[in-house]
Amino acid sequence: MTELTLVQAVNDGLRSIMKEDDSVLVMGEDVGPKGGVFLATEKLTDEFGEERCFDTPLSEDGIIGVGVGMAMNGMKPVCEIQFQDFIFPAFDQIVSEAAKIRYRSGGQYTVPMVIRTPYGGGIKGGLYHSQSGEAYFAHTPGLKVVIPSTPYDAKGLLIASINDPDPVLFMEPKALYRAFREDVPSGIYEVELSKTRNVTEGGDVAVFCYGAMVPVCTDAAKRIKDSRNKDVRVVDLRTLMPLDEESVLQAARDCGRVVIVHEAPRFCGYGAELSALIAERAIESIEAPIKRVAGFDTPFPNTLENYYMPDARRVLDAIEEVLDF
Amino acid sequence: MSELLQILDETGKKVGKAPRLKRDVLLQMYRSIVQTRAFDDRCMKLQRTGRIGFSVPNLGIEAVSAGAAAAMDPSRDWFAPYYRDFAMLFYHNISPEKMFDNMFGNCEDNAVGRQMPVHFTFTEPAKFFSISSPLGTQIPQAVGMAMAMKNRGEDGAVLTTFGDGTTSSSGFHSGLNFAGVYKAPIVFLCQNNQFAISCHSDKQTASESYAIKAKAYGMPGVRVDGNDALAVYKAVSDAAKRAREGKGPTLIEAYTFRMGGHSTSDDPSRYVDADLIKKWQKRDPLMRLRNWLISEGHLTDERAEEIAEEAADEMKNAADAAHAKSRPVLGTIFTDVFEKVPPHLEAQMESCIKHHAERDEAVDEKGEFPL
Repeated sequence: MTELTLVQAVNDGLRSIMKEDDSVLVMGEDVGPKGGVFLATEKLTDEFGEERCFDTPLSEDGIIGVGVGMAMNGMKPVCEIQFQDFIFPAFDQIVSEAAKIRYRSGGQYTVPMVIRTPYGGGIKGGLYHSQSGEAYFAHTPGLKVVIPSTPYDAKGLLIASINDPDPVLFMEPKALYRAFREDVPSGIYEVELSKTRNVTEGGDVAVFCYGAMVPVCTDAAKRIKDSRNKDVRVVDLRTLMPLDEESVLQAARDCGRVVIVHEAPRFCGYGAELSALIAERAIESIEAPIKRVAGFDTPFPNTLENYYMPDARRVLDAIEEVLDF
Repeated sequence: MSELLQILDETGKKVGKAPRLKRDVLLQMYRSIVQTRAFDDRCMKLQRTGRIGFSVPNLGIEAVSAGAAAAMDPSRDWFAPYYRDFAMLFYHNISPEKMFDNMFGNCEDNAVGRQMPVHFTFTEPAKFFSISSPLGTQIPQAVGMAMAMKNRGEDGAVLTTFGDGTTSSSGFHSGLNFAGVYKAPIVFLCQNNQFAISCHSDKQTASESYAIKAKAYGMPGVRVDGNDALAVYKAVSDAAKRAREGKGPTLIEAYTFRMGGHSTSDDPSRYVDADLIKKWQKRDPLMRLRNWLISEGHLTDERAEEIAEEAADEMKNAADAAHAKSRPVLGTIFTDVFEKVPPHLEAQMESCIKHHAERDEAVDEKGEFPL
């Protein structure tokens, strides 16, 4: 057990699995001697050599396309896209290739690769270092989408993603990279994909969230406990695709009141899917309109970023609204 | 192909045929390099004291931007630059205060505080197209700008710039390919400063040079000493002439070295050999031009010192003025998404403004850019 930040847990996860499994390798821009711009791959080249952790040309479609090829031929590449905002040149390789190769080859060829990428706001990164693009990818059949919110989960989910036989987009909330530390076991362990985690237990309101919004929602839950003695069940989704639908529906039925929170724009955001799922399958238990708290339907601003991102206050307002309906 | 065009050697002695340039032009080139250094210096101070989040040092590469800028004519040409091109802006008299408005992301920033620092956008006094963080996106766009000029029978040309890393992007390939096919009036200027953040050029290409890539796209490739402002001027000027005459595009590789980090947050000692920095210190583009200007009687040591002092004062005053301005109002989050604000954004804007007006809570201004 060591106390690690989320980004250190990612680093530790990579190191642990690379020691165990020779087929795991890391590639991307600046992941080598520099250790990545956030230091997620620090010292991996020192420890495992350039064959296992290497800098690539500045080409996201190249990084992912080459990763797909390696994955089909016996390796388990972990490709880093420096910022999720830079992933779009590789959209074709991810959406049309990585996600569809098992299907189109009838299972003859498979792509056991992981794409790691930091996402979200909170670092004054403006339009192109702040976006939350999970909805584009969760909409892609054949691609798993995983987002941790704690150091423990980051390591366990990352190892599970690397060991998974299908392509996984592993989105890391950069706002939480160094936000706090927690005990992380050494060596290999997995946190099962497609299982939600209840951050707080409660039966009055279900709040669904993931990534950097988890501590924001937990803060709001604490405030409503203090002010109105209501118990909120904050549910960290952890895997967006394939979703743990049963746990989501259970929480919605148990609480009867639902708030969904994400940083990404509201329109066609991940919250729309959750809301539809609950409306289709648990409407009989729902006692108030489902409320979404999301980023605005605009590009991500720089100077005013803290007004753009949902904060505990906005989440609290939504919780009060569903309670008072 | 790998021959390096040079006019001034490392000491500022003329070793090639100098282009005929008016004294004003030469001094403006020089001044824009000095201004860039003063701007860099001011930005470093502002970043270290937490007043701005980010900047990209230009130290070492300034002659590429200054020489290229002097070869273009803002009355008819367009610029599609990248972020490490400050001298190009100074050369064409972009106001330092307007540049600092962007560094602070204040209410007078042309980008309305939406972009990170150094993501400038100007239409006056020159068409400097808005900078994007994703790399290489401007290259095919610049070709489109040039094709539009050609389509309308104008005699303008486009200058687009990018670093060595960006030659690996798909934008580089598609841009050069289209320009070759359509003989677009464009100059591609690769600022080969040898590092893409921490990745050395040998991680970008196995070619003997960047200039040689031109061959595959059916255009001439020129390799020029990027620390020699006169040589860069000559190469870009010839290429622009060629473009205007309808002979098509040129790829220029300006060989230089980024003396600082990728950004104010980067620590290049993690990946750059100290000896390499020492080697390139001797090739300083500012001293080279200064020595030559003095030897030609265009400049004196006294005047050079004055220009440096003027630039330092100018940048301090510009930064202070920009710092004093307020941030953009909340409504600016919602404007310019479309020409007209659609109803759903209207509703979001109202609720955002109401939320913050009711609370009057200071929003936590955390957030530090790592790179």
